[in-house]
Amino acid sequence: MRTPSQTVGPYYAIGLCRRPDNELDPKGVELSGTLLDGRGDPIDDGLVEVWDPVGRRWGRCGTADGGRFEFVVPRDATHLEVTVFARGLLRHQLTRVYLRPEAAPDGYERLVAEQEGGGLRFDIRMQGENATLFFEH
Amino acid sequence: MSTDPYEGPIVLPDDPSVGPEVQVDYPGYRSTRWRAPKRPLMTMPEELHALDGPVFGEDALGELDNDLTRRHEGEPLGERIVVHGRVLDEDGRAVRGALVEVWQANAAGRYDHQVDDHPAPLDPNFSGAGRCLTDDEGRYRFVTVKPGAYPWRNHDNAWRPAHIHFSLFGRLFTQRLVTQMYFPGDPLFPYDPIFNSVRDPRSRELLVAGFDLEHTQPEWALAYEWDIVLGRGGPAATPVEDA
Repeated sequence: MRTPSQTVGPYYAIGLCRRPDNELDPKGVELSGTLLDGRGDPIDDGLVEVWDPVGRRWGRCGTADGGRFEFVVPRDATHLEVTVFARGLLRHQLTRVYLRPEAAPDGYERLVAEQEGGGLRFDIRMQGENATLFFEH
Repeated sequence: MSTDPYEGPIVLPDDPSVGPEVQVDYPGYRSTRWRAPKRPLMTMPEELHALDGPVFGEDALGELDNDLTRRHEGEPLGERIVVHGRVLDEDGRAVRGALVEVWQANAAGRYDHQVDDHPAPLDPNFSGAGRCLTDDEGRYRFVTVKPGAYPWRNHDNAWRPAHIHFSLFGRLFTQRLVTQMYFPGDPLFPYDPIFNSVRDPRSRELLVAGFDLEHTQPEWALAYEWDIVLGRGGPAATPVEDA
């Protein structure tokens, strides 16, 4: 039997955000967004991790700044695996962000980042009509 | 009588049939209400099952990162303890080079975090964070102080049992785990919705460390042993079977 998951709680920054870890590629493109709850309110005690499985580059960012997260990600990546932790999440959630619309397979359109200024924007909505798609795991 | 489950019982009856952990929602833990996904989850893309996760090297760590009692000029107050164990996969194989990160409250039950307003003292000699990599046998070891219980406003007179938060990166992307380690015999267990969100009592037991007399260091520190079992990868979500 696996050890079960427990929530990351509100104080994860002590252990997991001791230094900035959100630049996967210094020459990359900015990927930012807001983590939102089912009422549309920002979740300011969440933690987002991204993993570029091809380039093998990883980063994480707490959302203490009004639910906002920010990464600098490789321009050549097609997609990143996204892991979401928060107080109130008993288990982390997995999703994915596609950096270009043409990279997303049918049914994954909701996981495409939007162009915004010179960067990319990808909000993560835990619940509601426009909720982000999360993977069973 | 309220029909709102979030106003219902804090601790639900045990139910092994729900599997090793609550995946989505547990009404007794109020914060799940607006945060846990409500829609059915999508099948995980096939390639994620065998995907490697990030690897962290020794260069990411400082020499004293696994000793939470030696990060400041003086020693922290509290009961000094050694917490150690192995990181294994479900087949019993050691997970080597796993990054293990921990964080915790001080002995008074206060976190060194601006959001924590529990009126218990901060300890200038305790930050409450540590990390290490598992060795070739999957072993990890921390020196710290036993954290205190603390109140948390989830419900009337809510207290968290003493716990240490653990974050682990295994070999595979799907082996990522964030969890909490508890201490044996804590009288707060029956009242804690987070602990009891794991509805299968056998699975819940895996969150509780064992007192370890053998590794206790005479005249210096008590010891607790806690093994952590990560998934094996491959097709996900196979039901847990009796050994």
